[in-house]
Amino acid sequence: MAQDQLNSKIVVIGGSAGSLEALLDLLPALRVDLDIPIVIVMHRKTAPGSPLVDVLAIKSSLPVCEVEEKEPVKNGHIYIAPADYHLLFEADHTFSLDVSEKVNYSRPSIDVAFESAAEVYSDGLTGILLSGANADGTHGLKVIGELGGVTIAQDPDTAEISYMPEHAINNHVVHHIMNVQQLAVYINSL
Amino acid sequence: MEILITDKQLDEVLEDVFDVYGYDFKSYAKASMHRRINRLIAIDKFPSFTEFRYRIRTDKNYFHRFVEEITVNVTEMFRDPAFFTALRTEVLPAIATKPFIRIWHAGCSTGEEVYSTAILLKEANMLHKTLIYATDLNPDVVEKAKSGIFQLDRMKQYSENYIASGGKADFSSYYTAKYDRVIFNEELKKRMIFATHNLVSDGSFNEFQLILCRNVLIYFDKDLQQKVFDLFDKSLDSLGFLALGTKETLRFSPFIGRFRQLDKMKIWRKIS
Repeated sequence: MAQDQLNSKIVVIGGSAGSLEALLDLLPALRVDLDIPIVIVMHRKTAPGSPLVDVLAIKSSLPVCEVEEKEPVKNGHIYIAPADYHLLFEADHTFSLDVSEKVNYSRPSIDVAFESAAEVYSDGLTGILLSGANADGTHGLKVIGELGGVTIAQDPDTAEISYMPEHAINNHVVHHIMNVQQLAVYINSL
Repeated sequence: MEILITDKQLDEVLEDVFDVYGYDFKSYAKASMHRRINRLIAIDKFPSFTEFRYRIRTDKNYFHRFVEEITVNVTEMFRDPAFFTALRTEVLPAIATKPFIRIWHAGCSTGEEVYSTAILLKEANMLHKTLIYATDLNPDVVEKAKSGIFQLDRMKQYSENYIASGGKADFSSYYTAKYDRVIFNEELKKRMIFATHNLVSDGSFNEFQLILCRNVLIYFDKDLQQKVFDLFDKSLDSLGFLALGTKETLRFSPFIGRFRQLDKMKIWRKIS
């Protein structure tokens, strides 16, 4: 298989309580011709017809959609993990879904998505952990780092709820600490 | 650093499992398999992949644990209440005129959705003329499903789901509680037939008016999904219904032309 036809870079963003605000600032700041996929894994209510995709789509000039299972991961798209499923990545750069046990009281779990993405994308992966009140994401960032990827936490001083990024920072699994503006600059440079 | 198995190692384990026990997981979606096996190696504290592989090859009891742990058996009653509302208001009335009804729950796991369907049938006054076939590849979960025994502490959630799906009766009238368990009424169980059936290797065994297979196909690769769609197509009555999970679709299947999707629901009706 022609390896160069698969996207080699990807950004996976994990967020929990308070992360919507950060995303609403981040998405409009991304360049229109961004040529990598952005995948957002957010803890949210499982109610059907959740407006999250619509809310984020309004703020973004890139197409925003909820992940469909076995769908190819396309550059220039922003994907949202569906509620009540874990999000996984296949070696052929398609998405898989899984309804197994909650991890860190969460489904989707950020750890699950980070770990799976790290195994597939290794050093092409940037994992970003935003605001939240949960320890989810720390272990995932650790695996991303071990497999050669870049790990970033939202600056806890700028996060609505600092616990989640702080937890990762205190566990020494974070390469960079950034506010939302710095995150946008970083992603736009990829 | 924990053990993360490689693609090659995953293939080796699945090949072993097929050779030694005849269970074919080779067409399962790899990402989920990777995760389940990494998780199992960690939980059971194997020092190396080699020891894990050896244990599976040589210890039949451990193989049972392997099947139990790598297949996902997370389910609940009336999961996605909106789906069960559609079943109640659109699907059951359409098949109610049949003198005899067969329903297949393919990949029934521990049976929560089978009992949910039986309750809907009972409330539609159709249960007496229906047989529900409930199958899973794992004999242990089939036995659990057959027992009709569930944890009492889940009933609050299930009762809420039931009400959200349009249920009007007292949910607790469908079971009897004893200590921390409940057992569902014999009247419901009487219309169920439980069996092991492997969607990978076993064929069609009857004709059904409704097949439910929810959150099973997400674990299969695309080729296996097509094979299973073919099996369902063959096993469905001419105007039968196929119900899939919230994130599953028939859309990419070559059979899509023969089916019409119900409004916004993951339910398709065979039209030819």
